[in-house]
Amino acid sequence: MSSPNLDVYMPIIILMAIGVIAVVGALLVGKLIRPHNPNALKESPYECGEEPIGSAWSNFNVRFYVVSLIFIIFDVEGALMFPVAAVFRRFNEIGEGGVLLGSLLLFILVLVLGIVYCWKKGDLDWVKSFQLSDEQIKQLNNVKES
Amino acid sequence: MNSTIVSYLSQFDGHKKFIAFLSEVLGFDATALIAFLVFLIASIVVVKVMALVGGMGTYAERKISADIQMRQGPNRVGPFGLLQFLADGVKMIMKEDVLPKNADKLLFTIAPLMALVGVFGSLAVVPFSSGFILTDLNVGVFYLIGVSSLVGVAIFLGGYSSNSKWSMLGGMRGASQIISYEVPVTLSILAIVILAGGLSFSTLVNAQGGLPHQWYVLHNPFTFIGFFVFFIGALAETNRAPFDLPEAESELVSGYHTEYTGMRFGFFALAEYIEVFVVCGVAVAAFLGGYKVPFDLGTGDFLVNTLHLPPIIGKNIGQFLQIGSFVTKTLLLYYVVIWIRWTFPRLRVDHLMTLCWKYLTPIALFNLVGCAVWLYAFDGHSIWELFSQMTAGSHGGGH
Repeated sequence: MSSPNLDVYMPIIILMAIGVIAVVGALLVGKLIRPHNPNALKESPYECGEEPIGSAWSNFNVRFYVVSLIFIIFDVEGALMFPVAAVFRRFNEIGEGGVLLGSLLLFILVLVLGIVYCWKKGDLDWVKSFQLSDEQIKQLNNVKES
Repeated sequence: MNSTIVSYLSQFDGHKKFIAFLSEVLGFDATALIAFLVFLIASIVVVKVMALVGGMGTYAERKISADIQMRQGPNRVGPFGLLQFLADGVKMIMKEDVLPKNADKLLFTIAPLMALVGVFGSLAVVPFSSGFILTDLNVGVFYLIGVSSLVGVAIFLGGYSSNSKWSMLGGMRGASQIISYEVPVTLSILAIVILAGGLSFSTLVNAQGGLPHQWYVLHNPFTFIGFFVFFIGALAETNRAPFDLPEAESELVSGYHTEYTGMRFGFFALAEYIEVFVVCGVAVAAFLGGYKVPFDLGTGDFLVNTLHLPPIIGKNIGQFLQIGSFVTKTLLLYYVVIWIRWTFPRLRVDHLMTLCWKYLTPIALFNLVGCAVWLYAFDGHSIWELFSQMTAGSHGGGH
């Protein structure tokens, strides 16, 4: 059942609307029966009984940034592979599978090269380890002494 | 309005007669109206049943964990504590809704809504039977992967908007975990798409058969590994233990929903349990034969031909058998998910990333190449068909 029309997406909109109505409805019904006595302590963020210090909106650790960059590369390449994957079988049946297989393998090779590069650079490690050279250690010691 | 359930119903005479009758009464063509109503009822039923599944999920979780830990579990409300989830729901509705003063109020309100809408949106393409898919999109797999990431966005928004340090850490972890594990999940389902030759869920299911050796999980060695890669990735994407780092209670209090109270917290929990069901359903549809019933009982032809039932009854019994087959397999997988949660300890965050990027992603890429080459080399025959061809060939050579 595939249709070129956008009709097929109509059910999804209805389904999501039902989801929204269910959520908002439950919250509104709850509003009628639940208590509402806010006070300053209740409204402060939970920090295990301590007074919260500062805002939680701080800078992200750079690790998350690296992970999301790698993810975007993989996700875009994955999304680009979907159309090829969908028609691969049909092409294979008419004897043109070799071309698609070749291009798919080439594409995956690029992905593999990417992951090998990230791996070698150490970007896949959560805790990036690095070895100091003897000279660098000497320099650090000099800084400490002076 | 184009929905599989509507087109399934429209093949029966009674349906046509009813539309003709209604068109006469109303004075205009009622086909679109009936299609809309049928779909509305079907989606309300699905949403309500899924809310029930989510509620029963929380009950099953506690009962199974109690079983594993040799405890009783909930046993006060209703027979065997079966109504515990209703008691919990009523309690949550009656709890005060605390809105933290420093929070981003708009995002704080939207986040649980987004989680639930994302999950309900992904329900649209879950194939319960050949006639009961809410909408069988021709890009079903692609759509599902896209919409289910709304839950990841919701988790991050929930963590960010609370303006609490625990929530923020949980949200950051959740976002990085969900996007990382999306890569192996996408790649391993891509391998199945290559074999089936289409992106809609009905294509995926119809390419398989009712018996285990016709399922994609046993199709060839690559899909066998791919199933486990998909399953592990799906566990991580739904934040189920051993990957429940975003809500790790021993280190982050309660993670991204620390500041949420009452019903809003309930929506996050409900979304999680329904998402587990959806993910199990997708695993069943893509790898475990979906709604196929052994020996083609699901089409109803067998019943009609041998028992001489009228086609309308035979067809509908077939549909119920299909739904039964799908739901049974999905719930068995659901049990495995809960079982895993109460068996394995939680991973550490660096181990989590290592598992995803250094093990699952390369394995998934390898499986993708393997499946593509398999399709090219063996014309998509399964390993069992090749075996039977080989033995048939050797017998033929012996003569």
